[in-house]
Amino acid sequence: MSYTLEGRTGTWEIVVGLEVHAQVISHSKLFSGASASYGGEPNTHVSLVDAGFPGMLPVLNHECVAQAIRTGLGLRARINLESRFDRKNYFYADLPTGYQISQFTHPIVGEGTVEIELGDGTVRHIGITRLHMEQDAGKSMHDQDPTRSFIDLNRAGVALMEIVSEPDIRSPEEAGAYLRKLRQILRYLGTCDGNMEEGSMRADVNVSVRKAGEPFRTRCEIKNVNSIRYVMHAIEVEATRQIAVWEDGGEVDQETRLFDPSRNETRSLRSKEDAHDYRYFPDPDLLPLVVEQAWVDELERALPELPDDKRDRFVKQYGIPRYDASVLVAEQAIADYYEEVAKGRDARLAANWVTGDLFGALNRTGRSIQDSPISAQALGGMLDLMADKTINGKIAKEVFEDMLETGDSAADIVDRKGLKQVTDTGAIDAAVADVLARNADKVAEYRGGKDRLFGFFVGQVMKAMAGKANPAIVNEALKKVL
Amino acid sequence: MSLTELTIADAAAGLRARKFSATELVRAHTDAIAALNPRLNAYITTTPDAALAAATHADAALAKGEAKPLTGIPLGIKDLFCTNGVRTTAASNILKNFVPPYESTVTANLLRDGAVFVGKTNLDEFAMGSANITSAFGPVENPWKRKGDDAALVPGGSSGGSAAAVAAGLAMGATGTDTGGSIRQPAAYCGIVGLKPTYGRCSRFGTIAYASSLDQAGPMARSVRDCAIMLQSMAGFDVRDSTSVNRDVPDYSAAVGRSLKGLKVGIPAEYRAEGLSAEIEAAWQQGIEWLKAAGCEIVDVSLPHTKYGLATYYIVAPAECSSNLARYDGLRFGERVEGPTLDAMYEATRRAGFGPEVRRRIMMGTYVLSAGYYDAYYLKAQKVRSLIRRDFTESFQKVDVLLTPTAPTPAFAQGEKTDDPVQMYLNDIFTVPASMAGMPAMSVPVGLGATGLPLGLQLIGRPFDEETLLAAGSALESAAGFTHRPAIRAEGAK
Repeated sequence: MSYTLEGRTGTWEIVVGLEVHAQVISHSKLFSGASASYGGEPNTHVSLVDAGFPGMLPVLNHECVAQAIRTGLGLRARINLESRFDRKNYFYADLPTGYQISQFTHPIVGEGTVEIELGDGTVRHIGITRLHMEQDAGKSMHDQDPTRSFIDLNRAGVALMEIVSEPDIRSPEEAGAYLRKLRQILRYLGTCDGNMEEGSMRADVNVSVRKAGEPFRTRCEIKNVNSIRYVMHAIEVEATRQIAVWEDGGEVDQETRLFDPSRNETRSLRSKEDAHDYRYFPDPDLLPLVVEQAWVDELERALPELPDDKRDRFVKQYGIPRYDASVLVAEQAIADYYEEVAKGRDARLAANWVTGDLFGALNRTGRSIQDSPISAQALGGMLDLMADKTINGKIAKEVFEDMLETGDSAADIVDRKGLKQVTDTGAIDAAVADVLARNADKVAEYRGGKDRLFGFFVGQVMKAMAGKANPAIVNEALKKVL
Repeated sequence: MSLTELTIADAAAGLRARKFSATELVRAHTDAIAALNPRLNAYITTTPDAALAAATHADAALAKGEAKPLTGIPLGIKDLFCTNGVRTTAASNILKNFVPPYESTVTANLLRDGAVFVGKTNLDEFAMGSANITSAFGPVENPWKRKGDDAALVPGGSSGGSAAAVAAGLAMGATGTDTGGSIRQPAAYCGIVGLKPTYGRCSRFGTIAYASSLDQAGPMARSVRDCAIMLQSMAGFDVRDSTSVNRDVPDYSAAVGRSLKGLKVGIPAEYRAEGLSAEIEAAWQQGIEWLKAAGCEIVDVSLPHTKYGLATYYIVAPAECSSNLARYDGLRFGERVEGPTLDAMYEATRRAGFGPEVRRRIMMGTYVLSAGYYDAYYLKAQKVRSLIRRDFTESFQKVDVLLTPTAPTPAFAQGEKTDDPVQMYLNDIFTVPASMAGMPAMSVPVGLGATGLPLGLQLIGRPFDEETLLAAGSALESAAGFTHRPAIRAEGAK
């Protein structure tokens, strides 16, 4: 089960810790009233505070604090009732004040844990070291002009949560599972939209390698990787590089590196010697952040059901396999859809239809559950027709395809196409008699012991009745005559 | 009496009694500025036209009986307060053409109460200095003269322009900011009253930051009552400054002249420091006698960590300034000097934009926050700062107010002790501890020294007890009967 890389000198294990920057969903920025929404013409969501004008002061946005606490609760982490904001000082063109307000020594959220599940069903727990709030920087654009760079401050000051994991991750697969799980939790909580392609979730990846049983060796940090797939690639590529360095008798330097997906390699960005001295100190413009336990409790009570809890409940309440439950809770909207379909119906059948035919159709048409052409009510309506034996499973497939195309209800389609299942034993008996008469040779073979032919007779009868016969009655009738 | 010699209280009464108009009052001051500012350099920017236009509005309000507390009163504004549409320089080249599109809370409060701004007063660059000699717009001259000596004296700093303007009759009052003594020490040097309120009493929003945990705006005026009137407008909670404190603003004027019977006044032993001039020691003793006569009980107290005040201040304040001034990078506002790379542009811009004292403090601050030095300097300074605060807290369990000298010497001449930064820093030895502790403190002129220069005493109070300062200050003021005027003043110039 464990993931290792083979080198010339033996087997290597990899050690990974992730620092995820998750942009907080909020109306305004962490310390100013400017809009925190994505998009917008450059420099249109910028207040004087964001632009670092003389005399401007930060004022904490308490909605962002609530979001950080919700996230901490979702990570089953300790909420620190007193935390503090520090200044991280460095000069850059997209950092207007010359410092980023962050939480260095006293973060709002302490230790927590995230449960991940791997492809082979293994469950692992990845430790969370901390979560702290900080400001995002603006965006530097170097590709707009041959000689000049442009700065967009729309993002400057938007609240980020930096979620730091313990170095508990041991494979690219685990890193991927961790990021997907984290994103799932953030989306459930509504605290971050998790869109890595828009940059609202980014990861810094700390990678080192070691031989089994060794203490940690020197790590490198790969900055700002913006997709789960790239994180997984970057880990593999960087681990392979480090193994080669060690095996060639070299030393891995602690440094910051960049992942280049087009060349599938990591490159040194700056060494430890060039590392910034950020001169952290408590921001004198802000008081220590003190939150009441009562408020934390209130936020906790209002928390939505989290994915792990929902999965466990689905298994228990609906009697579906854990795997199916995991698939169904992947997104809140899918889980809601499923519960709507399953409500008062055969929950396992509902799970099969949602994870099977519906997901297949959505994949085929490139749609998400939110804009599914078949609503949960509509799919439930179809299951009702199956339950009351108006249609059988085979006809249901046909009805489903029609629903996809036309958006009509199952009942309308059954009416329009005359697909109502035939339960009239007279008609079925007549069809049975006709089929047997036309296949006297096969009847003889069957009676001679060729049991397999029973299915053939069923098929022939169903065909004769255009698929609408109730399969149970057909079976019954055939058995009786044969 | 000339209009430029009136107190704010008397001028406000005169305006209401229609003895003179706001236009006359403001014009007397803009004329005085035109006549004397070329010499004193108390203002960096003057706004006579806007002031006269505001005076016209004030007269209209007075005519309608809609006067507010400061209607028609001409004030100088330290050029560290951002003023909407009026150039705000912090006395620095880097902001020499900066016109803010916003108003600081303190100046907005004064405007709300009818004040008329006649200009932006000079200061040490970014409020860093004690003699107003680091301004990029040239030094300010103290309107006072030593007996038989025409040497140009320093007005103190950093609010030297405000102090000189108020002393010389170029404003009836002025705003100052005080980080380690920048209101009190120039007030003492220029023979006026200066009040540094409790940290958090006035909003810092829109005031250019030097050291955020220490900076506090306050009034400078020719009487204790005038300071009370100004503070009434300046003080108050502001949601835009998280360190401003949400508590009611009391009636400060009511405290002026209040009986001192039974008030316990502490005399801290540690302020009898080396280098304290004999004349100031004598003035201090005189102040003690006056307060005794007013019914106060004098109590000896000890503030044992006083001696660490300056050293601590010169770690904390530069540390914060090194970060606060990072935004002056030439990118979004202020002056820019181009360079081949971003870093080169930063270096050229900041080298050209900042004067030597500002650069020195940025370097000190950067050093004390650096990896490997943080614990030894910044962290230790924070610990000492809490001990200094504790000294005050413990003293205030025994006494209601402390009386000390404001500065160890009277004003000195431009060029004297100004080439040794450490010597210069000693000017603030008595004012820095109250700043470090966030306590309110006030300097009141109590007499003239041997050379004919004003001497000030400092009162330090409990947090948010500016009223006791005003009460004790007005007692000192009446006992001293300080009516001396400087050699260079508006009236004398006519």
